[in-house]
Amino acid sequence: MSDSNDPLVRFQEVQKSYDGETLVVKNLNLDVARGEFLTMLGPSGSGKTTCLMMLAGFEPATHGEITLDGKSINDVAPHKRGIGMVFQNYALFPHMTVFENLAFPLQVRGMNKAEMETKVKRALDMVQLGDFGNRRPAQLSGGQQQRVAVARALVFDPELVLMDEPLGALDKQLREQMQYEIKHIHESLGVTVVYVTHDQSEALTMSSRVAVFNDGVIQQIAPPDELYEQPENAFVAQFIGENNKLEGIIKEKNGSGCVVEIPGGGVVSALDVNAGNVGERSSLSLRPERVEINPEDGKYPNIFNGKVEELIYLGDHIRTRINVCGRDDFIIKVPNASGLTQLVEGSPVKIGWALEDCRALDA
Amino acid sequence: MSEQVMAATPHAVLAADGTPLKQRLQKTLRRRKLIAAGLVLPLGVFVFVTFLFPIFLMLFRSVDNPIIHENMPQTVAILEQWDGKGVPEEAAYAALVRDMVEARKNKTIGRVATRMNFEMSGVRSLITSSARKAKKMQPPFKDALIKANPIWGERDIWVTFKRLGNEYTATQYLAAVDMRYDSDNNIVQQDEDRQIYVTIFGRTLWISLAVTLLCLVLGYPVAYLLATLPAKYSNLLMIMVLLPFWTSLLVRTTSWIVLLQTNGVINELLVWLHVVADEDRLQMMYNQTGTVIAMTHILLPFMILPLFSVMKTIPPSYMRAALSLGANPVRAFVKVYAPQTVPGIGAGSLLVFILSVGYYITPALVGGRTGQMISNFIAFHMQKSLNWGLAAALGGLLLVGVMVLYWAYTKIVGVDNMKLG
Repeated sequence: MSDSNDPLVRFQEVQKSYDGETLVVKNLNLDVARGEFLTMLGPSGSGKTTCLMMLAGFEPATHGEITLDGKSINDVAPHKRGIGMVFQNYALFPHMTVFENLAFPLQVRGMNKAEMETKVKRALDMVQLGDFGNRRPAQLSGGQQQRVAVARALVFDPELVLMDEPLGALDKQLREQMQYEIKHIHESLGVTVVYVTHDQSEALTMSSRVAVFNDGVIQQIAPPDELYEQPENAFVAQFIGENNKLEGIIKEKNGSGCVVEIPGGGVVSALDVNAGNVGERSSLSLRPERVEINPEDGKYPNIFNGKVEELIYLGDHIRTRINVCGRDDFIIKVPNASGLTQLVEGSPVKIGWALEDCRALDA
Repeated sequence: MSEQVMAATPHAVLAADGTPLKQRLQKTLRRRKLIAAGLVLPLGVFVFVTFLFPIFLMLFRSVDNPIIHENMPQTVAILEQWDGKGVPEEAAYAALVRDMVEARKNKTIGRVATRMNFEMSGVRSLITSSARKAKKMQPPFKDALIKANPIWGERDIWVTFKRLGNEYTATQYLAAVDMRYDSDNNIVQQDEDRQIYVTIFGRTLWISLAVTLLCLVLGYPVAYLLATLPAKYSNLLMIMVLLPFWTSLLVRTTSWIVLLQTNGVINELLVWLHVVADEDRLQMMYNQTGTVIAMTHILLPFMILPLFSVMKTIPPSYMRAALSLGANPVRAFVKVYAPQTVPGIGAGSLLVFILSVGYYITPALVGGRTGQMISNFIAFHMQKSLNWGLAAALGGLLLVGVMVLYWAYTKIVGVDNMKLG
């Protein structure tokens, strides 16, 4: 066993192509630390599932090296990798009972019967399905099948568990409940999890770190809060959470800030994250909840007058669409709290935001 | 309102207008049922008129025994009282003569003679010749008939006569399993040189099993490929599987003859390659080997398609899951993939087996003497010997056998688990 500070999984310059013409995964470098819950998040076709399949051994890497626990696993067959995996459709064996499903990985490892029974029982208890051992998968609800799949992937004590959009088939409420359960199991067992999803709220809820994939490249890899609050580029800003995107030309750069002119929408001061040079295009990212209505004059460098276009009542807040800065799809979130000004559709409104909340990114 | 109703009648739930809900539901469903019935009615009538009814008529023939009963009514009536000991009284002889005269006049004596001949071979000419002389016979008819042919003085022919006089008979079914009635009306084994059908049934079973097994062994990997290859290749493969379907059965069978006969393509090739000597070429045609080879080829698609349709529904993630859990590919296949294809194996095997049990054209063309199956004998009795009763009995046994098999299959695998294409 190598040093526990070494990463458990390491992708080194990994590339993958299916047809020899286009790269699905481009030059991937990624370390997964021991005990970490790493989520690969991205739209479909971004290469995240391919990465998972390469790690599981079902797809060979076209170039580069994948190491597990310090040893290269490029030429190790999937069944010798000892990695637990939860599949999108659970892949519970329909001709076996729940008990037999869980016993399967132990049987192939030649475990004796008594030990096997204790382990299966413990795994079933962990997912609160202790009494369901004799059922067939088809007799279980979606959520129960999901739990069995998780238990099966963990029952043989793998160091690493892969999950490929495991909650995709569940309805919203159950999905949220399962997110917490999986998170708790991860915390109590200390197992390393690599999780693939296209659902950003799932990624933010569960992960220690999230790797945002697009077009075969990791756009940003960071803890959830950092990812949301400090997106490094326009794609991440747009993909994670709701975002107001303002596009303009960089007029001036001054240390950590910059000034961007929005065509037909005035001049905005923003935090320079990775904007280009003066004269180049930049897109500004601003979270809807960071916009204040009716700020005092001079409180913010950015204060604009707009018009309320649409109000959408969402219970805890009112999603308000405003025509401002030359755009008519500017969204702000107005909390549904007492004492706040009631906006009216068609009426003028003054809004403002701080320099640090508006991030100037690549075009 | 509903609470009120519920409280008033705790047992039957009522609809809003007070009628029981069950009744209400049935009323609304009735229209839908009528439409559904109307849609299947034309086919139902067609199937009944052209399929079920003829099968019933044919099966009826296997027990129906009208010839003697209808054409020799007086003899049959008198023989009913006969105790079967010795030979009958003069009255029976007299009735026989009267019946023979009548039957000769109606030109039905030939049919009577043929029917008797099925039971006692060789009596055909005897009966027709006696009938020819009957008109001129004088009483006492007993002496006259025995004078015409001494066999009338023996008990056997009278026992047979009495037995065939029954309107319904199990004789045909007995004959179909190489049994017969002896002169004391006991069921006994047919004479050894006349035993044939049990062997043929056994051979039919054996050939069908061999064909089914071969189809499974050859078809399983193809179906697996079909289900797992990318669409581009699997479509091409599917066309190749279906291609034989679009070729006439006769053409396919005859091309097997071209390939497999003693001077056929394969033997010539083997001789040319010095694998076999010119004088001992392989006999692959006009025997069981030929029948099995040609039938396997013809029935393969019936195995591949049900297997394919089952395998198509098994997501690749099952195999992947098994591998990720640590099973090597062989173990994963045997323990996880193969059990899920059981419904396909069952459906394909049942289909191929049932089709081969009744197969006719291929054994007829390439079977030679040792490759004939039961259908060939049914056809023989239909077309050549004109013993439709026996043909019907053989067919009836075949039908019962297939139904028993199907029943057993549905008991074991369950009809819902069957995937027929």
